[in-house]
Amino acid sequence: MAYTPRKIFKVLVANRGEIAVRIIQAAHELDMQAVAIYTDADAGNLACQLADESYRVGENLAYKSYLNIENVLKIAKEAKVDAIHPGYGFLSENAEFAKRVEEAGIIFVGPSSETIATMGDKAKALEQAKKSQVPTMPSTPVLQDLKQALEQAQHIGYPLLIKAVAGGGGKGIRFVENEKGLKEQFSVAVAEATSAFGNGGVYLEKYLENAKHIEVQVLGDGNKVIHLYDRECSMQRRRQKVLEEAPSPSLDSQTREALCACALRMAKEVGYKGAGTLEFLYDSQSKGFYFLEMNTRIQVEHAITELVTGVDLVRQMLRIADGEPLAYKQSDISLRGHSIEVRINAEDPQNKFFPSPGQITKLQCPTGSGIRLDSMLFSGRTIPPFYDSLVAKLIVYDQTRPLALSKLKRALDEFKIEGVKTTIGLFKELIKHERVQAGDYSIHFLEDYIGGKHGI
Amino acid sequence: MHEVISPIPGTFYRKPNPDAAPFVEVGSQVEPDTTLCLVEVMKTFNEIKAGVAGKIIEIKAENEQFVNPGDVLFVVG
Repeated sequence: MAYTPRKIFKVLVANRGEIAVRIIQAAHELDMQAVAIYTDADAGNLACQLADESYRVGENLAYKSYLNIENVLKIAKEAKVDAIHPGYGFLSENAEFAKRVEEAGIIFVGPSSETIATMGDKAKALEQAKKSQVPTMPSTPVLQDLKQALEQAQHIGYPLLIKAVAGGGGKGIRFVENEKGLKEQFSVAVAEATSAFGNGGVYLEKYLENAKHIEVQVLGDGNKVIHLYDRECSMQRRRQKVLEEAPSPSLDSQTREALCACALRMAKEVGYKGAGTLEFLYDSQSKGFYFLEMNTRIQVEHAITELVTGVDLVRQMLRIADGEPLAYKQSDISLRGHSIEVRINAEDPQNKFFPSPGQITKLQCPTGSGIRLDSMLFSGRTIPPFYDSLVAKLIVYDQTRPLALSKLKRALDEFKIEGVKTTIGLFKELIKHERVQAGDYSIHFLEDYIGGKHGI
Repeated sequence: MHEVISPIPGTFYRKPNPDAAPFVEVGSQVEPDTTLCLVEVMKTFNEIKAGVAGKIIEIKAENEQFVNPGDVLFVVG
């Protein structure tokens, strides 16, 4: 037997789509049974077909089903599962859910509810970063008045952002180019924060002109923790990643080691258990990196790390949750080759990325050496309008970055999806761009590209 | 009489968020650019505007109901 489960003989996958499929497959490889949950719109989806059992979790709207803690726990008890894997999104970073799972005597595949409550909270995670001597974005305390703002701005330098303390999700942020701009915008920002969030508190934060989004994967068993190097995730539209690569083409080896050491130190200090990701902004001019936040779950883009390190992260999550000590030492982990993922979304790039749910009428998938497809697709399946537009992840692996790009081009050319619009065409165009070819694009690149003369 | 129809398939929301008050009620006075509701498809929220000035005479869809393109959402008169 490849693996003999100790405690987890049956695991409930509290998710849908491609990640539910991914987790069910990992469970089966470990000789664990897998239970899927579904809504009316998701009945008969790939996860339900592959799972050993499946249960209806509620109505189509997510808050009545995949986000409904009571409904998920009821099924967990009825199906007598030993563990729940939350995937990403939905309840995956909900500390209350993790706590309820623990209290029900069920194993939560991930960190403890306390860790989620601390590291999943942006403000608390930033405090922990400072404690662990991990650099964070230079910022000021909440400001009393314009006079104090102008003084504090001297320390940070321009350009900068005025941020509402009560804001979030990209809201309540104003860009300021220079001192004149700060004088003009300060009182407006305070008034706006007061009316929008009921709290006029604002502070200043350094703004990076050519920032890159780079993250570090960690894996721990609550005792031992290792890092699995970095991912470049700067290709974003509206703060949503669309293409990721590992390792990052932006880092030299010295910076890479420093960044990964920082992330690891922080994960070790909190005794991290499970798979987690620490996100950073990186300034390639100064080679400075700044901790943003931690995701206490598996990420969408985990597969590229799996391919360049040879570690199956979802399998390791299940084994750690099953009570097995971490099977790797840091010295076991090294980078080999290059991997790129593109997110195939049911969206129309020709029409402002408008969502395109509907029935898949024809499907032809790329195959062959170095191609991995994590997907919920099959011919005839209807992509429901209720959930995320991600329908598949095309992941390529090759010896070098240029070879991986060439393979990605080949795979995209082979990929045919009919019945819904997808982002395949966008990627075909995008990977021809010289900045992408050179591996030098900031978090602003894609929106500039879409808004530019390229007509996509 | 003017019918405000949904241009897209999606979930009809009468409120900007679950804890907020509805955008409009029957009898509300609206301008052409007044937002009447949201229709959400795949996490993309689309504001539907009145298109004309007038009073809301009838609300034809239930909150959180799934609507199809062409469905009448409001009658403004």
